[in-house]
Amino acid sequence: MLLPEIKQGGTNITNNTNNTTMTTDELRTLTVAKSVDARGTACPGPLLEAKKAIGTISSGDVMEILSADEGTKSDIPKWCNKQGHEYLGCVEENGYFKVYMRKK
Amino acid sequence: MDNSTEITMNKFLAELETLKSRTGRLEDSRKDQLSIAIVSGDMDKILAAMIISLAAAAMDSHVKLFFSFWALSALRDPKKKAKGKDIVSKMFGMMLPKGRNKLKLSQMNMCGIGPKMIKILMKKQNVMSLDVMFQEAAALGVEITVCEMSMNLMGFKKEEMIDYPDLRYAGATTFVADAGESSMQWFI
Repeated sequence: MLLPEIKQGGTNITNNTNNTTMTTDELRTLTVAKSVDARGTACPGPLLEAKKAIGTISSGDVMEILSADEGTKSDIPKWCNKQGHEYLGCVEENGYFKVYMRKK
Repeated sequence: MDNSTEITMNKFLAELETLKSRTGRLEDSRKDQLSIAIVSGDMDKILAAMIISLAAAAMDSHVKLFFSFWALSALRDPKKKAKGKDIVSKMFGMMLPKGRNKLKLSQMNMCGIGPKMIKILMKKQNVMSLDVMFQEAAALGVEITVCEMSMNLMGFKKEEMIDYPDLRYAGATTFVADAGESSMQWFI
């Protein structure tokens, strides 16, 4: 058809949050290029740390973010969704959790 | 193709072009930008404004903060002094909080005990202090605009404002213009 493709301001409409494709075991076996320990900071600290670190890795690399802040679990997928990075999943550890993502 | 079909087709294409340019304008008119008019000088509200601004900046949204009225107390540098003030301005200067670390809470202020308790809790919960938040905001390129009119009204001077890389002075029109092109416009 002649209808032009409507862009949604650069954001992807499909929500990565709900279709986490990787299982915990798969996530644990990932080769991590960068690990960001943001356990010492509350919201929005982990997101700021992640933003700073993303510039230091190359496209296709996996980054893990360690956080003790519950909000990070939903914040990182939202951030990935907007920036076009791939959200891979989250692993619960004792008292904190690891969030995995792949840079676009 | 006969003549009449060709005319309808051309008409259709022309209309499509108009529509295209209209949607283009709509897309351009709303930038990925957050504009907040911060009028309140309460510690909790300044905190909320800064946290949201940092999150937005981390998401690569452009952030423009417009500080006006009571919020200007948060931009005062306690180490700086301004000369040549009249009596009323001096009174205002004395009665209003001198800097972001002297702000009051909108509730449970309890003569200054509330803010102290909140600061202790923030430290315990690893929440950034306002000092750190302003540093981070500066690093992320968050723009701060001081409302010149309310600054004069409250008797503050440029010399006593904080050192901040993206600090500018402007009027309400600047906020309206900035907010008009932002996808998010708020008032705190």
